[in-house]
Amino acid sequence: MAAIYSLYIINKSGGLIFYKDYGSAGRMDTNDSLRLASLWHSMHAISQQLSPVNGCAGIELLQADNFDLHCFQSLTGTKFFVVCEPGSPHMESLLKYIYELYTDYVLKNPFYEMEMPIRCELFDINLSQAVQKDRVALLGR
Amino acid sequence: MQFFGGSEISPSPPPPTVSGNNAHMLYVFNRNGVCLLYREWNRPLKTLNPQQDHKLMFGLLFSLKSLTAKMDPTSAEKGNLGVPQLPGQGCSFHSFRTNTYKLSFMESPSGIKIILVTHPRTGDLRESLKYIYNLYVEYVVKNPLYSPGAPIKCELFNSTLDQYVRGLG
Repeated sequence: MAAIYSLYIINKSGGLIFYKDYGSAGRMDTNDSLRLASLWHSMHAISQQLSPVNGCAGIELLQADNFDLHCFQSLTGTKFFVVCEPGSPHMESLLKYIYELYTDYVLKNPFYEMEMPIRCELFDINLSQAVQKDRVALLGR
Repeated sequence: MQFFGGSEISPSPPPPTVSGNNAHMLYVFNRNGVCLLYREWNRPLKTLNPQQDHKLMFGLLFSLKSLTAKMDPTSAEKGNLGVPQLPGQGCSFHSFRTNTYKLSFMESPSGIKIILVTHPRTGDLRESLKYIYNLYVEYVVKNPLYSPGAPIKCELFNSTLDQYVRGLG
């Protein structure tokens, strides 16, 4: 049983630039993942508007009946979010680590165009290792 | 499921999760999106007028529900994104957290939505929301002067609610 179901990265205007599925039931087609990503982008923005106090930076954790969604927003507005089993620990640190991988292998790639879909082999390799490692850490407990 | 059969309020309210008063506001919507009740205890920031605020809140819940129903990784048959769903149908959500607040959400089988906004470090409030729903059934639905779908103006309900939420922490 996978702890992590899927990972999304969206750019600052809500466009999906990276999506990876790690074993959800039922295939999600490309259109659906794009629409979910932009829907999340707007929900994130609305949640800031509804804050009762100043300084709200949007949803960090959404707890649904069958999954948890952890979201991390970088200073430049790129959002990383991971869909995982309810109550999975260490997701914030995993997201921060994925952000590190993104800065190292995507942003420093001279062929990568900003805000465009991510197609970097090194990023894919390191990402799958990170997710595996996290899975191992979870199984080892 | 205690909250729809019981003829009396559950014997004892669930214990408070954190001490201190940290509830910001509470909304009750019916299934048509009419805001039946809005209470606020601590809300320094108001960006919109009340009507717009209620609409935005209902819209956020509606869209988040369709998002979670579509995203649900455990079911293969999910239907299309954005198709309205009956209460209890599809994967819903019970709370979300930002750095400044936590929103807990409950929907009854009849489509009554109860939303409680609290401090971000509040624990699980699902039982508390069920208790608030019980209060609603006891003091509002059973009030002979209350007509369904109208804004709630029951003094007894408001005072009991205030008391409970203040004790909630």
